Amino acid sequence: MFQIRCPYCGPRDEPEFKYGGQAHVAYPADPEALSDEEWARFLFFRDNARGRYAERWNHAAGCRRWFNVIRDTGTHEMVGSYQVGEQPLDAR
Amino acid sequence: MDPNEHALHNAPFLWRTPEPKSTYGAVIVGGGLHGLATAYYLAKNHGMTDIAVVERGWIGNGNAVRNTTIIRSNYLWDESAAMYEHALKLWEGWTEELDYEILFSQRGVLNLAHNLHDVRESVRRVEANRLNGVDAEWLDADGVKEFCPIVDVSPDARYPVMGATLQRRGGIARHDAVIFALGRACDALGVDIIQGCEVTGIDVHDGRVTGLQTSKGPIAAGKVGLVAAGRTSLLTAMAGFDVPIQSHPLQALVSEVYEQVLNCVVMSNAVHVYVSQAHKGELVMGAGIDAFNSYAQRGGLHVIEEQMSAGMQLFPHFSRARLLRTWGGIVDVCPDASPIVGLTPVENLYVNCGWGTGGFKATPGSGYVMAHTIATGEPHALNRPFSLTRFETGELIDEHGAAAVAH
Repeated sequence: MFQIRCPYCGPRDEPEFKYGGQAHVAYPADPEALSDEEWARFLFFRDNARGRYAERWNHAAGCRRWFNVIRDTGTHEMVGSYQVGEQPLDAR
Repeated sequence: MDPNEHALHNAPFLWRTPEPKSTYGAVIVGGGLHGLATAYYLAKNHGMTDIAVVERGWIGNGNAVRNTTIIRSNYLWDESAAMYEHALKLWEGWTEELDYEILFSQRGVLNLAHNLHDVRESVRRVEANRLNGVDAEWLDADGVKEFCPIVDVSPDARYPVMGATLQRRGGIARHDAVIFALGRACDALGVDIIQGCEVTGIDVHDGRVTGLQTSKGPIAAGKVGLVAAGRTSLLTAMAGFDVPIQSHPLQALVSEVYEQVLNCVVMSNAVHVYVSQAHKGELVMGAGIDAFNSYAQRGGLHVIEEQMSAGMQLFPHFSRARLLRTWGGIVDVCPDASPIVGLTPVENLYVNCGWGTGGFKATPGSGYVMAHTIATGEPHALNRPFSLTRFETGELIDEHGAAAVAH
C-alpha cells in the first residue's frame, strides 16, 4: 500500500485516493481539426514507461481535490506530489 | 545467484537450453504461454521450424505462473466469443495433442448475479452465447445452490445471489503443466527456447524488421512476433511505435491446502472476486487490478483484503481458511479490454498483447491465430477484428463489463 502525499492534506494511505492516470494530457486545442489517428492518440494512448511517471490522483476520501504525483513505475518510489497547475517536479 | 540458474539446470529434462543462432526465420519475443503457443503452432501448423523464443527471465516465471487458471468462453460480443471459443475447443484437445496431463477440468464456471442489472446482463449474455454456439445456461438462486452448495444464497445477504450464468465446459487447468507441455512440444518440433535473453533493441530498416539486439548478442530474424504482455510497450517503443496499453499489477492469492469443498469456478462482478479450488486443494482467488501503472509485479495488501472480504461474502464457509501466499503479475490492459493481435506499422513485425486480466484462457487460440498471422503475413479471420488500427476506426470490441467480469 502506498503512502501518498496530498499537497493539501499531507501523507495518507492509498485507499483514500482514486487514480487518474497520466498527468498533463491536454485537451486538443482545436478538436475538429484532428485526424482520426490524432483523435485515437488523444483518447486511447497514454505513456506506459517504466520509470518516473507523472500521474493524477484524487483525494476521494479527504479533500476531494485532484493533484499530481511523480512516481517510479519500476520501483514504486514516490518522488513527490504537487498541485494541478504547477510545473512537474521532474520535467520529463 | 543468477536467477536463471535453477531453471537452466532443470529445464533440459523437458527442453534444451541452446545458445541463440545468428539468424532465424522467425523469433518470438516472450516465453510466456502465448509466446510458446505461438511458436508451437508456427512449427506444427505452418511448418516453420527455424524459429526461436527469446525470454528475458526463464520459462515459467511471469504471468504463466501468476494467473488463476480459469478457462471459459462466455464473452458477450461476437468477436470475443469466436476467439475464446476457438481457444476452449483447442483446450479440449490439448492433453491428448501435447501428450501431457495438463489437468484440464471442465467443472463449470458460474458468474453470479446480485442485482437486477446483473440478471439482465447475464440473461442477455446467455442468449448471445447460445447464438454463437457457446454453451450457456441461466440458473436461478435455487439452481446455483444445487450446482454449488457452499455458495451463500440466503436472501438476507448484503448482496443476495439472484442467479448465475453457467458455462459447463468452462473450468481450470494446471498452469505449470501447460508450461511444461508447451515447452516440451516446441522443443520437440525444433524450436530454440532461449532463456535469460533480454531484447534491448529492435532493428528496423526501410520500415521492415530485420532482427533483434539482445543480451546474448544480435539475432537476425525474417519475422518477429512480440508476445510480451505487460512489457509490450517497452518493446514497441524500440521499434518506433506505440500501443494503447497500460501496465498494471494484478494480484491473486491462495489459501492453505484443504479438502475439496468447491466443485466449480465461481465469479462475481458485484462482490468482485473469482474463486476456484486447485487440484491440490488451495482455494485460488483473484479480482481486479491495482489501479496504478506499474512494472513492479506487486500491489497493495488492501486489494488482497478486498478480495478476501468478497470471498467471505459468498462463502462464509471460508471464514477460518488461512492465507498461504499472495503475488502480483503485470497485465497489459487495453482501453476496450480486448487484445491486440495482428500487424504493426513495421513490416514483418507482429504484436500479440492486451489480453489484460484474462489471457490464460486464451492461450491456445492466441497462439493459433498469432502463428497464422506471422506465417502468412495476414491476420486470421478470428483476430482480424483485434487489430491495432481499431482505435482509429472506432471499431472497438468493448468488453468492459460485457465479458462476464469487471476489469
